[in-house]
Amino acid sequence: MSVKVEEKLFQNRYLVDEGHPHVCVPEGKGATPALKAIISCCPAGCWGLTEDGKVEPTLDGCLECGTCRILTAKDGDLNWNYPRGGFGIAYKFG
Amino acid sequence: MAEHFDAIVVGAGPAGSAAAYTMAKAGLSVLQLERGEYPGAKNVQGAILYADAVADLIPDFREEAPLERHIIEQRMWMLDDRSHIASHFRSENFNEEEPNRYTIIRTQFDKWFSSKVREAGALLICETTVTDLMKDEKGRVVGVRTDREGGEITADVVILAEGVNALVASKAGFAPTPNPENFALGVKEMHFLPQDVIEQRFNIGEDEGVVIEAIGTVTQGMLGTGFIYTNKESLAVGLGCMVSDFAHSGITPYDLLENFKQHPSVKPLLAGSEVKEYSAHMIPEGGYKAMPKVFGDGWMIAGDTGQFVNSLHREGSNMALTTGKVAGETVAALKREGKPMTEANLARYRQTLNDSYVIKDLKKYRELPGILHRNKQFVTTYPQLMSKAMESWFRVDGIDKRTKEKSILKSFLSARSFTGLIGDAIKVARAIR
Ligand SMILES: Cc1cc2nc3c(=O)[nH]c(=O)nc-3n(C[C@H](O)[C@H](O)[C@H](O)COP(=O)(O)OP(=O)(O)OC[C@H]3O[C@@H](n4cnc5c(N)ncnc54)[C@H](O)[C@@H]3O)c2cc1C
Ligand code: SF4
Repeated sequence: MSVKVEEKLFQNRYLVDEGHPHVCVPEGKGATPALKAIISCCPAGCWGLTEDGKVEPTLDGCLECGTCRILTAKDGDLNWNYPRGGFGIAYKFG
Repeated sequence: MAEHFDAIVVGAGPAGSAAAYTMAKAGLSVLQLERGEYPGAKNVQGAILYADAVADLIPDFREEAPLERHIIEQRMWMLDDRSHIASHFRSENFNEEEPNRYTIIRTQFDKWFSSKVREAGALLICETTVTDLMKDEKGRVVGVRTDREGGEITADVVILAEGVNALVASKAGFAPTPNPENFALGVKEMHFLPQDVIEQRFNIGEDEGVVIEAIGTVTQGMLGTGFIYTNKESLAVGLGCMVSDFAHSGITPYDLLENFKQHPSVKPLLAGSEVKEYSAHMIPEGGYKAMPKVFGDGWMIAGDTGQFVNSLHREGSNMALTTGKVAGETVAALKREGKPMTEANLARYRQTLNDSYVIKDLKKYRELPGILHRNKQFVTTYPQLMSKAMESWFRVDGIDKRTKEKSILKSFLSARSFTGLIGDAIKVARAIR
């Protein structure tokens, strides 16, 4: 069974920091195995492959869990930061 | 802000708030920084709260803290795709004057706890992310940098209670490069139902609560557990599995959750509910062996940042509260004695923890994470075998009981072999003895 994660994220409250993505793939980094792994591991489905084979995020639904950071930390495949203070996910229940 | 504080606390989760509360109560000047819009905005828990650790800080918390239900029944489920075997422990003794365990809604609890911290006199600034630690030429921590303009602030000591995803501690070289085998990823949904429906479905009275923990095929071969906790008017439904296992399996966390919700034993409990939130958060599960050093010149680490979680018993928030409190007490005592926040003096923090349940329990289970990683049969093969055995045993179908016994034994032997079964028994005994 496959669900649309967007439908789940739709319930949540976010303050999106337009134009300030907090996670990115460093310039020139190809689709490493670790980067490919985060496509399925991200609980918000933020990651996908572009047509030219790069792994890229759309972070609007990011839950700031850090899973993609943990999986890529060894080889530094991601520049990972928190959103600016106050932005990002704002849980009502947690 | 050019002010200097006795202490800066990074994070307003249970660990950070326990530390800030303790120090503010002792009369220290405390600055607490939280990146969320409000305390709790970024935090996720099942959530079971253990009263003891809270009462240690705020003895009469039951009168005002936002608590959902006190837990009177614990259900352990072993699932295969179509069945579950359960053990229930329910006791009237849990309906006591001062109950021991409660379900809570974390965001609400964190907001309340934080209000107590501010009442005690700490200064809380939200919407501020700490980006780095300031160090002097000798490498001693002297303050923090934030993402606010001119956001450098100094203090005698900085307590890092930034949670599991220890960005600041990593940057400062206080936490090792994270290993995916030491972290679980939990996903969870909040399902709302009328209060009386929950009480009927779970066979409980007003304020009484049930927790269900589930292992088996619902984690699809990954090391992890599922859970269903009863709140007053909602059910928390979720699963947590090791990050390394998610990476190997390629299973998405949301599909895993959806499958769990569709399990024939789970689905009727959720029927008709309205989902109001979907959350995800990591849990540090590396245990004792994954613990970083938790103090040094001008700094201490408390809560999830220090891997203070007993994953077998699902205890994290209590360890966060206790480590935060002990860290705060250590600072307050040194201040009182007029001693500096050096590594040698702050070592008292770790010594106190060594004598507490925190390090004693983590030490006791230090082999468990490794054993479970290498032996996933405990959450995969066994629940399936048990379920088949149960079904065969209860089905009245003209086959005699001795033949049934033999075929059950055979199924275990062919799945695990005789030495495998004995070995597994020894491993379990060794891991939890
Ligand atoms: C799905 C799930 C279920 C769980 N169930 C249970 C349970 O039933 N019982 C239990 O006892 N434990 C449970 N736990 C574990 C428990 O939630 C944690 O152990 C506990 O929250 C740890 O508290 P903490 O204060 O260390 O970290 P957190 O609660 O994560 O708090 C860290 C705080 O620091 C802030 N922060 C982080 N970085 C910065 C920065 N750079 N600048 C400023 N602020 C920052 C965060 O916003 C956050 O408020 C569960 C965990 C999960 C994920
Ligand atoms: S932090 Fe978590 S939710 Fe955000 S992109 Fe990474 S894995 Fe996805």
